[in-house]
Amino acid sequence: MDVISDVLVAPFQYGFMVRALIVSLLVGIMCPMLGAYVVTKGLGFMGDALSHAVLPGMVAAFLIGINPFLGAIPMGIAVALLSGYLIKRAGVSADTSVGILFAGLFALGVVMLSFTRGLRVSLEDILLGQVLGVTTRDVVVTAVMAGAVLAVLYLLHKEFVFASFDPAGASVIGLPTQALDYLLLALLAVVIVLAIQAVGIVLVLAMLITPAATSFLLVRNFPKAMFTGSLLGVISAVAGLYLSYHYNLPSGPSMALLATVIFAVVVAVKKAR
Amino acid sequence: MNSAQYSHQASVSLQDVTVELDGHTALNNVTFDVDAGTLMGVVGPNGAGKSTLFNAIAGLLPVRQGKVTLHRVDQSGGALAYVPQRESVNWRFPVTVTDVVMMGRRCRLKWFRRPGKRDRELVKECICRVGLWDHRSALMTELSGGQRQRVFVARALAQEASVLLLDEAFSGVDAGAQEGLVEVLRTLRDEGRIVLLATHDLTNLAGRFDEVLCLNCQVCACGPPDQVFTPQVMEKLYGAHGVRLATDGGGS
Repeated sequence: MDVISDVLVAPFQYGFMVRALIVSLLVGIMCPMLGAYVVTKGLGFMGDALSHAVLPGMVAAFLIGINPFLGAIPMGIAVALLSGYLIKRAGVSADTSVGILFAGLFALGVVMLSFTRGLRVSLEDILLGQVLGVTTRDVVVTAVMAGAVLAVLYLLHKEFVFASFDPAGASVIGLPTQALDYLLLALLAVVIVLAIQAVGIVLVLAMLITPAATSFLLVRNFPKAMFTGSLLGVISAVAGLYLSYHYNLPSGPSMALLATVIFAVVVAVKKAR
Repeated sequence: MNSAQYSHQASVSLQDVTVELDGHTALNNVTFDVDAGTLMGVVGPNGAGKSTLFNAIAGLLPVRQGKVTLHRVDQSGGALAYVPQRESVNWRFPVTVTDVVMMGRRCRLKWFRRPGKRDRELVKECICRVGLWDHRSALMTELSGGQRQRVFVARALAQEASVLLLDEAFSGVDAGAQEGLVEVLRTLRDEGRIVLLATHDLTNLAGRFDEVLCLNCQVCACGPPDQVFTPQVMEKLYGAHGVRLATDGGGS
């Protein structure tokens, strides 16, 4: 019993750990829910790029002294919509136009960071995540946004599935497939911004695609994969948080590494059978 | 299935339809009519505008000139069903046979509504009609080309569609399975539905279709298969090779 209380319960005598736990749980649930679409629609590069592109929005929020979410979420949605437009309209190939846009925005964000001297902003925390530093307001915003994304995913599930599997057939029966695509990208942007708190810009992809990809190795059906992925995401995020507390490791990389280890174990067990 | 309910009296009529794609004319003055209870093959070489024609009928592409009219079809949006080309489907997306057929119910359901008991019963009936009940829980990727096409036909049935558009329905489907598919389509035709099937496979067209539309950006011929495949029409479709196809018995 002592071990249980020392290892599992003791960390949560601190308020910052309770807040970190709630955000980790929410990120662990949300990332693979969207990740199931990211994996099956081939949006991995888009997810990585989006996470880099929200940096100017975050930094702008720091500079004017408001919550970084207020800069990052609108920025994420705007960039998601713009890239959705570029993919469909630009003369160059989709990955090229998305790559140019996002690398440019990330560079802009880093340059803007140099104007934040005197403010307590760490590039390392933004890049790799610092879930131990989240405030009560961050927790509330994360919970509200996660609830909103889950509600949209639930209410429009059959439309998203139809349009993802057979866009032409979905258009013929009158579904607004383009609007659904944009909406999915906007939801993705929101979830990415939430996840940046936990795993940072560079490692968002690990939470977004790794648990989802693992779940598709374990279950066949799409809704089940969403839930299995979330379970794996929660395990990675919470266990990563414990590791980070007990061994003084960076929390974001611990979570990302655990998600990767789970994926590797599942692949190995499947191969061995 | 309650066929009377759908009273398949629909007809499709195209009048001087011209469609432009990326600055070039993909369809030029296309005119033809299809009546209820017709199984029509749409044949022509690659790039002849078969998919464009279907997209124009489905309202997915703007018509620059002319008119597409769907007579006596239910205007709620489900009257027209589209069976996609293999390439336009995202096969990475894991859906089962039942999932796909249930998609057909989407246009009969309001936004945010979940399917009810009647929807599930109808979906079961449609899967049984195409002979895939034993495969109802299989993933689409686990099925053969012919079985996949039958799933999409079941989806069209679940949608209660009067007009079915099947784009390149024979590609990746072996000869035996093609016959099985045509057999299912005949039963739909017999209920009064209109079935348009685009193919560039000229095997046994006469045995398969009531009418054939020969398309090469414009209508080269339209009518019963034993009348349309003249050497002149084949030349319009396939150039010099077409004449040889016609004399070798292509299309017979």
